[in-house]
Amino acid sequence: MQRKKQCVAMLLAGGQGSRLYALTTNVAKPAVAFGGKYRIIDFPLSNCVNSGIDTVGVLTQYQPLILNEYIGNGQPWDLDRAFGGVHILSPYQAKTRSSWYEGTANAIYQNMNFMKMYNPEYVLILSGDHIYKMDYAAMLKSHIEKGADCTIAAIDVPMSEASRFGILNTKPDGSIYEFEEKPKQPKSTLASMGIYIFTAEKLYKYLEADEANPNSSKDFGKDVLPAMLNAGEKMFSYLFDGYWKDVGTISSLWEANMDLLGEKPNFDVADKSWKIHSRNPLAPPECIGAEGVVKNSMIALGCEIDGKVENSILGSNVIVEKGAVVKDAVVFANSVIKAGAVVSYSIIDENVNVGANAKIGVEKSDTAEIVVLGRGITVADGVSVASGQKHESNILE
Amino acid sequence: MAISAIGIIFSNLHEENVPELVRKRTMASILFGGRYRLVDFALSNMVNSDIMTVGLMASNNYRSLIDHIGSGKDWDLARKDGGLILLPPFSDREDHSYSTRMEALVSLRGFLRKRSEKYVVLADTDGIAKMNFKDVIKFHEKKNSDITLVTHVHEIERTKDFMLVNANEDGRVTEVKIAPHVAPKTTAEVFVNTMVLNRQFLLNLVEDAVVHGYTSFDNDIILKQLNSLKIYRYEFKGYYASIDSMASYFKHNMNLLKKEIRDELFADRDVYTKVRDSAPSKYGVEAIVHNSLISDGCEIDGTVENCILFRGVKIAKGAVVRNSIIMQDSVIGANASLNCVIADKNVVITDRRQLCGCEDLPYFIQKGTML
Repeated sequence: MQRKKQCVAMLLAGGQGSRLYALTTNVAKPAVAFGGKYRIIDFPLSNCVNSGIDTVGVLTQYQPLILNEYIGNGQPWDLDRAFGGVHILSPYQAKTRSSWYEGTANAIYQNMNFMKMYNPEYVLILSGDHIYKMDYAAMLKSHIEKGADCTIAAIDVPMSEASRFGILNTKPDGSIYEFEEKPKQPKSTLASMGIYIFTAEKLYKYLEADEANPNSSKDFGKDVLPAMLNAGEKMFSYLFDGYWKDVGTISSLWEANMDLLGEKPNFDVADKSWKIHSRNPLAPPECIGAEGVVKNSMIALGCEIDGKVENSILGSNVIVEKGAVVKDAVVFANSVIKAGAVVSYSIIDENVNVGANAKIGVEKSDTAEIVVLGRGITVADGVSVASGQKHESNILE
Repeated sequence: MAISAIGIIFSNLHEENVPELVRKRTMASILFGGRYRLVDFALSNMVNSDIMTVGLMASNNYRSLIDHIGSGKDWDLARKDGGLILLPPFSDREDHSYSTRMEALVSLRGFLRKRSEKYVVLADTDGIAKMNFKDVIKFHEKKNSDITLVTHVHEIERTKDFMLVNANEDGRVTEVKIAPHVAPKTTAEVFVNTMVLNRQFLLNLVEDAVVHGYTSFDNDIILKQLNSLKIYRYEFKGYYASIDSMASYFKHNMNLLKKEIRDELFADRDVYTKVRDSAPSKYGVEAIVHNSLISDGCEIDGTVENCILFRGVKIAKGAVVRNSIIMQDSVIGANASLNCVIADKNVVITDRRQLCGCEDLPYFIQKGTML
């Protein structure tokens, strides 16, 4: 019996994410922490599992160590499967060529054999830099019903922002007649989410053609999709109307974290009908001390809070000592905020040590900018770090 | 380095001490410390001592235990060779359900014969400690002991089901007393229901017990054969929480609010438990939380002081919860007021309800109750 999968997902996780500055010095963007206990990649992986897609290739290239270690055998997402499951796909050496992934289309092209191993009817292309909950099965259903060759997930954006996105111009039946990359004068507000479903045979065909084209930049948005459209293939948009946030910049990452807070949060990460799976920290429950104060915040396991935490997201095992204040901040796992230190409007990476009475950032305001402290650095006692500064190495004075 | 030992955990023993908590579960699956069950401590001690073959004996009420344990992967015990092996009773006439340690061991002969490891660590689930069984086995080897009993000096709170141990300077046990009458608040050296034996020796003991019709391990082996066997005691000097009454269950949960005790139990090692993939806990704008242990998946909008909240607990606005243990997925309604309450799993306290117990006799609310 030949075994096959209806749909295989390919997750592009190789990007550097240079707009996240110090946060991606040593880790790939999909492995950046989010929402206390998660990493960005938990969202597309959980979406896959919750949508019944159990075969996922994760394409890595930039700083893959932490990402690879995090994904492991895929067990936390229930993706340790006898046939299928999650597989890390890194660039490799072949008999006739060996090269890094050049562009999104080339990365998928180089892993054609992986996809073919599962003989899928459809291939789902995902990226690892968005926070959202989406039922890919519903999108696949629409793809099949419309008899499409390619379906592109799209979200309605405000007209003022439309020129930042790849815009889909569609007919009333949802079929795409034009694809514009960051148009100055957008004709529609349907923005591509970078989520594509291809009928597998068509994908293989256009990837081969794109690879053979010396003038192509080997990118889905710039090359493959326009080529398919020009050749008259059936391309449809699939409208998604839930929460979707690109966390590719410091400010959008901060905002997406804050979207978890409040009485009616913009994004409900605790939704039991669509569980976000992740590797779980092995830590005891968090302890709020006798003098600890926690308001409008999300605190992960193992934290010890003896200071004040407000409007903030704390990863696991964070320590906030007596008299310290953490406000409007996102603090990743295992960091320590020493006694009397004040952290405002900041993103603090894992294993950072903020010294006693240090002052990080300024009160959030229209003019204030987010401070970023990179992984593992130490801020000496009493030091002030000004608004908007981004540090990757120890700050001793 | 791996050691040549298997572990056996008895999940039903000592249930008579905390009847409220074991109505629908085993001793082993009693919830403790926010996100754990008692068996997690015994299992983690085994795994952290590199004992990767653990038999879990269960004779009744063990559905919750199976649900908690699963394949054993959360304890890193889903192994091809060994790993976690659930040992429920056989139902044939010879090996029927068992209620004592001796009966359990008799039904365990096949398992003991099949393994090839040198030592067996027997542990119950009524105690919480960070114990390194490698040290106990080393001591057992050094003394060339037949049976090594682990003991701990503490105040005795129970009236039955305990054994006092006296030993000479070398550690050789010279006297044991089974449930003697002691004055309240007596501090003494107590056997903490953990022991080490050579596997083959244990097997011989059990075969012998069957032949002679012995029914009690404590009486017929330890007490009666104290002089003919080499029985040593290994005194455990760390923090040991004995769950032997509702009051001690309450006390030892609350003790986790002390940093030094938390550090002793959790620092420098992992305590494994079932993973639930809950989101981090959410604290609302009006939340007031002091001196409390909060597990994942909670939503707190009211006041919480000196409490242990298990996973997925919801405290509504205006509710005030003090000196209480609220277990998994329970909901405390708006403006309700609780003091010295133990609410088991899935309890719902409706709005404005007031409940109060006291420290020596916490008010206990049965699993799934709506008040």
